[in-house]
Amino acid sequence: MEWLVSACFGVMIACGVYLVLRARTFPVILGLTLMGYAVNLFLFLTGRLTTNLPDIISGNQTRYADPLPQALVLTAIVIGFAMIAFVVVLSLRALGELDTDHVDGQQEKPPS
Amino acid sequence: MINHLIVGPLLLPLLVGTVIVLNTNQPIARLRILGLSSCLAVLVMAGILLFQSAQGPIQSYVLGDWPTPFGIVMVLDRLSAMMLFITALLALLCLAYAARGTDRQGKNFHALFQFQLLGINGAFLTGDIFNLFVFFEIMLLSSYGLVLHGGGNRRTRAGMHYVMLNLVGSSIFLVGVGILYSLLGTLNMADLAVRMSQAPAENAALLQAAGLILFAVFALKAALLPLCFWLPDAYGFTSAPVAALFAVMTKVGVYVILRVYCLIFSEFAGVGANLLSAWLLPAALITLAAGTAGVAGSRDLRRITAYLVIVSVGTLLAVIGTFQREAIAAAIVYLPHTTLMTAGMFLVADLIQRQRPDAGSGLTPDRPVGQPTLLGLLFLAAAVAIAGLPPLSGFFAKVMMLMTVKDNAGAPWIWGMVLGGGLLTLMALGRAGSVIFWKLLPGDDPETGPENTRDSGPVYALADLFPAAALLAISPLLVLFGGMITEFAFAAADHVINPVHYIEAVLGPDRSLPLLYPSGGE
Repeated sequence: MEWLVSACFGVMIACGVYLVLRARTFPVILGLTLMGYAVNLFLFLTGRLTTNLPDIISGNQTRYADPLPQALVLTAIVIGFAMIAFVVVLSLRALGELDTDHVDGQQEKPPS
Repeated sequence: MINHLIVGPLLLPLLVGTVIVLNTNQPIARLRILGLSSCLAVLVMAGILLFQSAQGPIQSYVLGDWPTPFGIVMVLDRLSAMMLFITALLALLCLAYAARGTDRQGKNFHALFQFQLLGINGAFLTGDIFNLFVFFEIMLLSSYGLVLHGGGNRRTRAGMHYVMLNLVGSSIFLVGVGILYSLLGTLNMADLAVRMSQAPAENAALLQAAGLILFAVFALKAALLPLCFWLPDAYGFTSAPVAALFAVMTKVGVYVILRVYCLIFSEFAGVGANLLSAWLLPAALITLAAGTAGVAGSRDLRRITAYLVIVSVGTLLAVIGTFQREAIAAAIVYLPHTTLMTAGMFLVADLIQRQRPDAGSGLTPDRPVGQPTLLGLLFLAAAVAIAGLPPLSGFFAKVMMLMTVKDNAGAPWIWGMVLGGGLLTLMALGRAGSVIFWKLLPGDDPETGPENTRDSGPVYALADLFPAAALLAISPLLVLFGGMITEFAFAAADHVINPVHYIEAVLGPDRSLPLLYPSGGE
């Protein structure tokens, strides 16, 4: 299972980086979202991949699912959501003010 | 006895900010009073904390009284107390400047300002690396709002780069923190330092990678060279009081680099020992060179000041990059000076800009400013302080930094860069001053020209000039109390460079033994 999850993480990051480098606000936002998802998955994995373990420490169990990554990932999701919401609004405003969806605020010059 | 005052600088801006958010439709005078009194109260608290920290040991504050490695701790040592005090002082003066009109340009300025203060103070106080991420995000989200405050195409364009770069930075931060947690099983910075020293050799590569991933994020915050191109636009185009407050935001990056790499990746850290010593000094020197080139090449006073922020970060990190106790002490002496003077220059540049309706802060000839003597004196004081000329604090701090690094292998480079950078800064500021105050358009002499009846911007009252003048007046005070400050800086550097004090203050006595006796057992 490890290789499958690692591959998912890697593919998501790669797609995210590719989209961010597109330099148009819509792909960039999609890319940032994908990177955010990938990082959330990664944080979740820091508790190790395990199955069938209790989520609460009990007397007769020696091993249990690590609760902390779940708390961390929840925080990261909330913060990431707020950031993406902000950058969507900012992009809309930039589109209105600058009349282009390029992140530099000006159209690239066509190749001569 | 728990010192509850430690969370004061966090709780008060949070409460006041919330109250302001709920009352944005109140008359702006009330919001100003609320914001200013909050800043003043934070300043008083930070002053008391600074005094306490100078007297006593490192204090830790355990939120919710959870047992230490599990709960979140706030840690107050001398360095963080000093950073709190600088931030509070700067915030009060910036808000006083903004209350003269800037804050009218948008509805939520005062609320954002308080949350910004919360984020910065939190980043200085926290002793938990994930909590550091949370405070970074609070700081950034408020700063996004503040950068865009007032609107305009240029601010939106600069804001886009700033926001997107920092979003990528946040993702990378989480990856670094995730690796540290998965290998060491803790997020408490003191506990991380202990467990790092005991980490087995097979994890060395991953732990070092995590450390350098985190360095990339902190370098983005501090604006080290490959990651500094967002800064001139963001700081140069935003409103002046915001830019002045942001002078301390890059210092958050400097502070965190100092804290994390002297604690978690210190010389006792086993597989992660001295992680940054090979990287920080060269990166900082290149940053210093690039910043100086920007200062010398800019044709606009606001942009020159923005590049001065990069120069200041480069200088600080070059000296810190030697990781010697004396050099860090010298950097701690230089830090308040450079933060407050750069902020002062942002305010002076704005005062000049508003009295030059045609050229603004650009270095092109224009009609004379309305109050050339006053503004000229303010500019002269700011320029002398920043360039590091004798009567003011920049000179003494720079001499101290150069003297303390003279035995280091990188000393010739540091000396050359800092002195050469100082010379070029002096020339750039001299040129800026002579163009702005002396190179006037013909026919504008009040006696001869008819144009002097044209509108030449607002005439400043004392209250307009006070915040900038007060910031610059701190420079002679830093010289006057230089002995005291130097003593304090050496004591602060003792606590920073030796992780044992920090660990024992957070985790309890004897918990730092694994660091000092890594073989264990004996």
